[in-house]
Amino acid sequence: MVTKRFPSVALAVGLLMFSVPLWAHHGFAAFYTTERVTLKGTVTEWKWASPHCLLLFDVKDDKGTIVHWATEVENPNTMANRGWARNSFKFGDEVTVTLEPAKNGAPVGRTLNVVLADGQVLVGQSGPGTLSPTENPSDAPKQ
Amino acid sequence: MPSRLMASIITLVAVLTFSSVAFAQATRPQQSSAPTGQTLAVPRHDLSGMWDAMGAGVHPLGFSHLRPAFTPLGEKMFRANKPGRGITEVPVALTNDPLDSCDPAGFPRSNLFELRAVQILQTSNQVLLLYEYQRVWRVIWTDGRELPKDPDPTLYGYSVGKWVDDTTFVVQTVGMDERTWLDNSGDPHSGDLRVEERFQRVDHDTLKLTVTIDDPTVYTKPWAAGDPVALKLQPPNREIKEMFCVPTEMEEYKRLMANPAAGR
Repeated sequence: MVTKRFPSVALAVGLLMFSVPLWAHHGFAAFYTTERVTLKGTVTEWKWASPHCLLLFDVKDDKGTIVHWATEVENPNTMANRGWARNSFKFGDEVTVTLEPAKNGAPVGRTLNVVLADGQVLVGQSGPGTLSPTENPSDAPKQ
Repeated sequence: MPSRLMASIITLVAVLTFSSVAFAQATRPQQSSAPTGQTLAVPRHDLSGMWDAMGAGVHPLGFSHLRPAFTPLGEKMFRANKPGRGITEVPVALTNDPLDSCDPAGFPRSNLFELRAVQILQTSNQVLLLYEYQRVWRVIWTDGRELPKDPDPTLYGYSVGKWVDDTTFVVQTVGMDERTWLDNSGDPHSGDLRVEERFQRVDHDTLKLTVTIDDPTVYTKPWAAGDPVALKLQPPNREIKEMFCVPTEMEEYKRLMANPAAGR
């Protein structure tokens, strides 16, 4: 199930405003940074890895087909400071993920936040509202 | 009855007093600075301690928007670099950034990108910098030796330093391998690069670092890489955490994330 402009994004952006700015060394050229999607799915794997942690989860689309999604956050050092942990997720967990998707439609994205089944919100990384056009030249409005 | 009341009040006050002290001792981090109202003197010729740039040393966009004009060779070298950030950024799957293969950042990129916590140690003849990012260290010789005339290139170069006044330590570094990048936006350097670092302890808890690039083969004039970064002194019990790029995990990241995003 895909829901655009999920309200919890506002919470995520709000939390990011109070966090130290930390960005990956690569940018946003392959991803939308002015678009976001919210997906409800089931965790298949959580990779607590360097330089980027990855959350893999399955989402059932409107036709009942399972789509395998992968979404990234930053390194364990940074994410630990944001309250994430190597055991934040386990196989089968139900999650609601808000992410910036790839421009080419591939089921991958940059994580803005993840809402756990108990309502806990884990804030991902810098995203819309925290980036200026200068910081985000690849996604500036086309002339 | 009044005496029992007084005793109860005294007991309550005592409990609250000691419990608040105990709470404060248990939760308050060890302070690097003096208690409120006092100013600790700046120690002479001393950079030792745990420092943190507090997010100001990450510089994800690099310095391509600040540097001077390239020489013709510098322009050619810059165009060959495909950074993941900055004014010529490409999708991560298409970069040739050494860091995207988990190669060492090298110097001066260790100062100009992801400068986070750094522990500084001083011995009788060296200053040692232990970096959080990539968990590398540098040796700066302080025994008066000269820089090597024709050094073999290394990823972190060869450094000598000296105090120019009571609180300012200046480091010169040469011999950097030109395969490394200066910064996160793909600015190049040649083997002729010479870097000056100026560490100025402006007060007890603040160390300002200025990095100046001098590479006449690539740049038309020397330039400072941005404003000075202020490193803040941390409590002595602050730990440096691991922050690595693990090659096998990077390959998995590319397979699962970067390549699909680039249509590969």
